[in-house]
Amino acid sequence: MSTAREIAAQVRAGERSAREIVDEHLLAIELREPEIHACNLILVEEARAQADAVDEARARGEELGPLAGVPVALKDNLCTHHVPTTCSSRILSGWRPPYDATVVTKLRAAGAVFVAKTNLDEFAMGSSTENSAFGVTRNPWDTSRVPGGSSGGSAAAVAAGYAPLALGSDTGGSIRQPAALCGVVGVKPTYGRVSRYGLVAFASSLDQIGPFALDVEDAALLLESMWGHDPCDSTSIDTTPEPIRPGLYDGVQGLRVGIIDELAGPEGFQPDVLAALDRATAVLEAGGATVERVGVPSAAYGLSAYYLIAPAEASSNLARYDGVRYGLRVEADGVAEMNAATRDAGFGAEVKRRIMLGTYALSAGYYDAYYGQAQRVRTLIIRDFERAYQRFDVLLSPTSPTTAFPIGAKAADPLAMYLSDVCTIPTNLAGAPAMSIPAGLDGDGLPIGIQVLAPVLGEAVMFRAAAALEQGLEFTARPQTLEAR
Amino acid sequence: MATRITPEDVLHVANLARLALTEREVEEFTVQLGAILDHAADVEALDTEGVPPTAHPLPLVNVLRADVPRPGVDRDEILAAAPEAEQDRFRVPRILAEDEG
Repeated sequence: MSTAREIAAQVRAGERSAREIVDEHLLAIELREPEIHACNLILVEEARAQADAVDEARARGEELGPLAGVPVALKDNLCTHHVPTTCSSRILSGWRPPYDATVVTKLRAAGAVFVAKTNLDEFAMGSSTENSAFGVTRNPWDTSRVPGGSSGGSAAAVAAGYAPLALGSDTGGSIRQPAALCGVVGVKPTYGRVSRYGLVAFASSLDQIGPFALDVEDAALLLESMWGHDPCDSTSIDTTPEPIRPGLYDGVQGLRVGIIDELAGPEGFQPDVLAALDRATAVLEAGGATVERVGVPSAAYGLSAYYLIAPAEASSNLARYDGVRYGLRVEADGVAEMNAATRDAGFGAEVKRRIMLGTYALSAGYYDAYYGQAQRVRTLIIRDFERAYQRFDVLLSPTSPTTAFPIGAKAADPLAMYLSDVCTIPTNLAGAPAMSIPAGLDGDGLPIGIQVLAPVLGEAVMFRAAAALEQGLEFTARPQTLEAR
Repeated sequence: MATRITPEDVLHVANLARLALTEREVEEFTVQLGAILDHAADVEALDTEGVPPTAHPLPLVNVLRADVPRPGVDRDEILAAAPEAEQDRFRVPRILAEDEG
């Protein structure tokens, strides 16, 4: 599979046309999609038109963008003008957004070619992509297993060769956890680094858009192509980001790395995952870094705090699906009855569960004990991370306690499902960046992800550590299901 | 600890959230929400005396932009996406009964 850098270079040099490249990827999608089901929508005509436009621009002698002719898959909670955007929910089926998300506008300008809208847990609520109204996505490494979630479709699309790049959104680990389970790179940038305009809101103080890629440098290229301040998102950061790629391969000599004690098991963690963490440690030490254990005590409370804060925000954000302005309406006598009938028919079980949980946590008599208390715990987590970063440049942990689990294994036990995000959630609460890179395979041949965490706006050092890990860990395996073809 | 949430609580919250739940959903949510809130008991029990709450990771206050008119999203396109529209407005079912009107 070619990287985005290789494809863009070939297109710029005129060695291959963007049309030829997109057709090759559309063919891969057509062949593998019946088995994987990563896509809610395959953008055949749109992608060909975008590719032709890139080729025509080159023929006219125009300067091509950094992603010229590169196929990109978009999580289906990113608004695309006139192109259906469902959030994998019945309540939005048939809806066509009246505008593009800012990231979509930016990537189009960079020459990217959008090949698909990818499947997700409904409204990005889940860790397995099983909560989709349109059916589960299967892990390309073992189609009896989940791809992780909520951006499972985007992770599977990159792993299965649909596109070298994809976008996801990460509220509690929804980019990093599926990246880990599918053996690709996934990045959650600093909160506010990438505009959220046109990302359908789940939990607004936690949501962040980020890249999926085959390797660390491609992920940096994609992030640099879409980050920056956006007047349409008042929470986007108004400072110029420090570029990542110039120092990407400068190594880790002298870097201080902390392994988060509370997120390194052994209880609840698969032994193969902890062994990968040891290998990562050895790679960093061989590169001249110092690696020590560090306590981030309140990280242990992250999961509980998250499952009060995120549902509270979601219950408010999802109030807009009322059968009035867009999407589904189920008729009933009276407005309140129509609202309730529409929402009961349109939302799936997990979305209802979170709306209920959030509404309860915000309701009179419980607000301070649940939502207020969770917000104070959030402060403690931020303080603990700040303390850790006084002694360390980056932190390290597994991305998820286990590798990909069988479809259906956790579907009936919401709490067990939530626990697969225990390592990724604290970062979102702190608003800091973190990324997952593939670190090997377990005994069943399933990919393991290692997470690199950095302080707020610390993308450059985070990517530098990730690049050193990538070089040292030498993860080159690809899903066998693809090699058999 | 399964008594943390009662079916009556679930029905009350469902009404606040405008969700018309089935009997089966009420039963399931009573058990599941109870279990999730039991797990959250560790947070409830934590001493946070004097710790300020964090609502948002960025210290943003009153983000303003210049008050300059700019094109908005096309109104017809917005209305076309609605389940029902009439006279450039969203149409909803009758809110007041005939005798209240």
